[in-house]
Amino acid sequence: MRFAVAVFPGSNCDVDAYRALHDVLGRDVEYLWYRETDLSGFDGVILPGGFSYGDYLRPGAIARFAPLMEAVVRFAGRGGMVLGICNGFQLLTEAGLLPGALLRNRDLTFLCDTVPVRVENADTAFTRCCQNGQVLRLPIAHGDGNYAVDAATLAVMEQRGQVILRYCAPDGTVDEQHNPNGSVANIAGIINGQGNVAGMMPHPERAAEELLGGTNGLFILQSMVQELERRQHEASRC
Amino acid sequence: MKLPGAERTARVGLTDAEYARIVELVGREPGDLELDLFGVMWSEHCSYKTSRPLLRLFPTTGAAVLQGPGENAGIVDIGDGLAVVMKVESHNHPSAVEPYQGAATGSGGIIRDIFTMGARPVAMLDSLRFGDLGEARQRSLFRGVVKGIGDYDNCMGIPTVAGEVGFDDSYTGNCLVNAMCVGIIRHTDIKRGAATGVGNPVILVGATTGRDGMGGASFASVDLTAASQERKSAVQVGDPFLEKLLLEACLELFRTDAVVGIQDLGAAGLTSASCETAARGGMGIDLDVALVPRREDGMVPAEVMISESQERMLVIAHQGREEEVQCIFDKWGLNAAVIGRVTDDGMLTIRNGDVVVGQVPAKALAEQAPLRHPEAVRPAWQDDLLDLDVTRLQQQDDWTGTLTALLGTPTIASKEWVYRQYDSVVRTNTVIGPGSDAAVLRVDGTDHGIALTIDGPGRMCLLDPATGAAMAVAEAARNLVCSGAKPLALTDCLNFGNPEKPEVFWQFSQAVVGMSEACRKLRIPVIGGNVSFYNETGASAIVPTPVVGMVGVVEDLAHICRQGFGEPDSVVVLLGANTDELGGSEYVRVATGRRAGRVPLLDLEREKEVQELCLTGIRRGLIRSAHDVSDGGLSVTLAESCISGQMGADLSLPAGIRPDALLFGEAPSRIVVTVGAGDLQALVDAAVEMGVPLAVLGTTGGTLLNIDVSGKSLVRAPVVDLAAAWSGSLPQVMSV
Repeated sequence: MRFAVAVFPGSNCDVDAYRALHDVLGRDVEYLWYRETDLSGFDGVILPGGFSYGDYLRPGAIARFAPLMEAVVRFAGRGGMVLGICNGFQLLTEAGLLPGALLRNRDLTFLCDTVPVRVENADTAFTRCCQNGQVLRLPIAHGDGNYAVDAATLAVMEQRGQVILRYCAPDGTVDEQHNPNGSVANIAGIINGQGNVAGMMPHPERAAEELLGGTNGLFILQSMVQELERRQHEASRC
Repeated sequence: MKLPGAERTARVGLTDAEYARIVELVGREPGDLELDLFGVMWSEHCSYKTSRPLLRLFPTTGAAVLQGPGENAGIVDIGDGLAVVMKVESHNHPSAVEPYQGAATGSGGIIRDIFTMGARPVAMLDSLRFGDLGEARQRSLFRGVVKGIGDYDNCMGIPTVAGEVGFDDSYTGNCLVNAMCVGIIRHTDIKRGAATGVGNPVILVGATTGRDGMGGASFASVDLTAASQERKSAVQVGDPFLEKLLLEACLELFRTDAVVGIQDLGAAGLTSASCETAARGGMGIDLDVALVPRREDGMVPAEVMISESQERMLVIAHQGREEEVQCIFDKWGLNAAVIGRVTDDGMLTIRNGDVVVGQVPAKALAEQAPLRHPEAVRPAWQDDLLDLDVTRLQQQDDWTGTLTALLGTPTIASKEWVYRQYDSVVRTNTVIGPGSDAAVLRVDGTDHGIALTIDGPGRMCLLDPATGAAMAVAEAARNLVCSGAKPLALTDCLNFGNPEKPEVFWQFSQAVVGMSEACRKLRIPVIGGNVSFYNETGASAIVPTPVVGMVGVVEDLAHICRQGFGEPDSVVVLLGANTDELGGSEYVRVATGRRAGRVPLLDLEREKEVQELCLTGIRRGLIRSAHDVSDGGLSVTLAESCISGQMGADLSLPAGIRPDALLFGEAPSRIVVTVGAGDLQALVDAAVEMGVPLAVLGTTGGTLLNIDVSGKSLVRAPVVDLAAAWSGSLPQVMSV
């Protein structure tokens, strides 16, 4: 099982993702420069956080045209697992792999904190190690995390269980008081209709070691690993 | 009689005597361009001509020091073949004029100073000062500076892990923005800013050159006036994305062995980078300004030479490796232009195409500015400041109310409003982030950590510059110790007014003497730093503000401490002794509206013993939390430990001292720790053995902070109420 961590000019959480997958979970991981066009041999792709292209124009708006993204779109089209974290989530919406958009935070300031988020759908490839309703404590660090989507699309997403994480109170209550950035319906993370592409503003890769304040992010990363193991197992049976 | 060059010297801010020295060094009258170069290089900002004689007092050597002052940054050994590279620098004047860009480029400049040494930057810290936040202009400066720092550091992917912010009317016209960057490097990878090897190419890499930041170094070397607000062209404009690319490209370049020397372009731009690298290498540089990639048309050679356009570096490479260098910068989408060669004539030769437009000795520019020895006179008003009759301070009944009010003063209140805007955890090494006494970072691939802090008690320095500056060193060290680290080295930023005024120069010289003594006694060398003079507007100078950034080593990350009370039924213990001193305290400022009184006694021997006891207790696993006593005094320390740990405490303080001095006096050399009941005796034994006074104050638990003296409750408040005052203050002030 091999993971690719994409590196665009300006990516800066590529290291965080690499460490969590490689150093903590002991997985095979490789950095992939934005000019690469070939994802063969990789089973999962992480689009990391940071400021690709300096957030010029809009976060993710330029990175979506990078050669690597064409490969990622093809990879996702074949059912490959793609996780976009923070800037990676913004990029996935810009690339049309996920619905909606991420606007400036409601208070117009960058926000770094560790916040509770509630797992809304534990029956996905990215959340299978969680329980429905489980509250995870995950770091956030963004200026543009205010998720927006039109009402009709939102209704469909809700109905299909595409909302996977919501900002909440420590006890799991979802209310406006515990919405750090103004996201519609407190949405912190979503998944596509096919279930193989997920985006989230919280950073699971930064919550992978007790020494650094908690390991709740491993619920997400381990889910991804388990799904890929399951796929490998199935492939070997064929 | 006026010298022939008098008008010309005034234009570039030099004196007649300095002009005469230039003529002597160059061997003729300098041309206009040459004079411009001397103007910026011999400015106070670049030459340290006023401060250098005194800075020699600092201890700058030690077994662990790998690079002391004189390079782009200092380097200190942290074991395992690794070293910390660090420096703090001011960007006060640009920030006062244009807070967002001023602060952003302050970050950009100090980050380049670190990676130019070959290190990967791993942490940022900031020390900020503003006037009264009741004024809209001050709020706007504060907001702009914080956003400028955040946008730059966040985009760079370097965590901003610690800092401090203070407020005082003296900063109204001249805010302070001191940025510190810390990097980690293998000993074998250290790069230096020296040009050697005749014929080696001199390559300008990174951003293009424009007219931004023209004469920024000279701008920093005069007082701020109303006209300064019009000098926005002297302020640089930052692009953190370009700098991120430059950082990665340089680190990739260093993995080859193509680099001979490298230096960033900071104050005085290409001029300082070229003459300083040449002077350090004992060589010359011959460069052609026509080869410099530009972003503006019609720039004359002098403009190209002194432009402070950001995100540029000067690389001296081995001859024949030009293409390799080019390739790496191409990959990152950056310019790399060979603009000249290293020569053996010791001259900085500047061509514009085929024409030589200037030629002066590189050493003369870089190192031979005549030193100034201004007069130092103790201010006549110094005694008035010391005059404080504490017996006239009203002894009230409501100490809880006083404590709550103090917790809400902007200087003491929680700075979460600030650090929530900074990414403090990127790169996943932040073990303890902002909001404790010191930040702790894991050192990649080891069990060790480094602890970092930045401190500068300005109020104390006004009253007694020597003791105040020594307190800055003592407090920084104490903060590191509270986190479980042994202090190793410091970098300083000395912010003062106009040194041509005898009173200001007295403050400066006193502060340097005081700092030096503290460094010697605590055995902490100074490995680099920055002096910022001319922090004045109109008639008023800032209070003297020496700021100390310090690094310490955490031997084992299993033994670190935070400031909050972490476990109920822990025993709360005071290391050190309370005194009857109130001078210089925030309490006095709030009660009288004055910065006044005699500063508390600082006994450096006692300070050292208290720190050693605390560190021993943490390393032996006895101490569960530690928080030093500083702004606001003992009661504020206790309240902050309650608030951070979301836990109450029932305490009884030793009697015999006026209640206000006991609760709010800011005597140094005190740390509040907690231990398990079973470990108390071991701590007491250690204290007795080391001769450190110690007092058991009570136990943690419950939801109330209760402080008794002689059986009478002085302070009694729910922790949530104290937390509301402490946490709510800044957001409320800034929401106006």
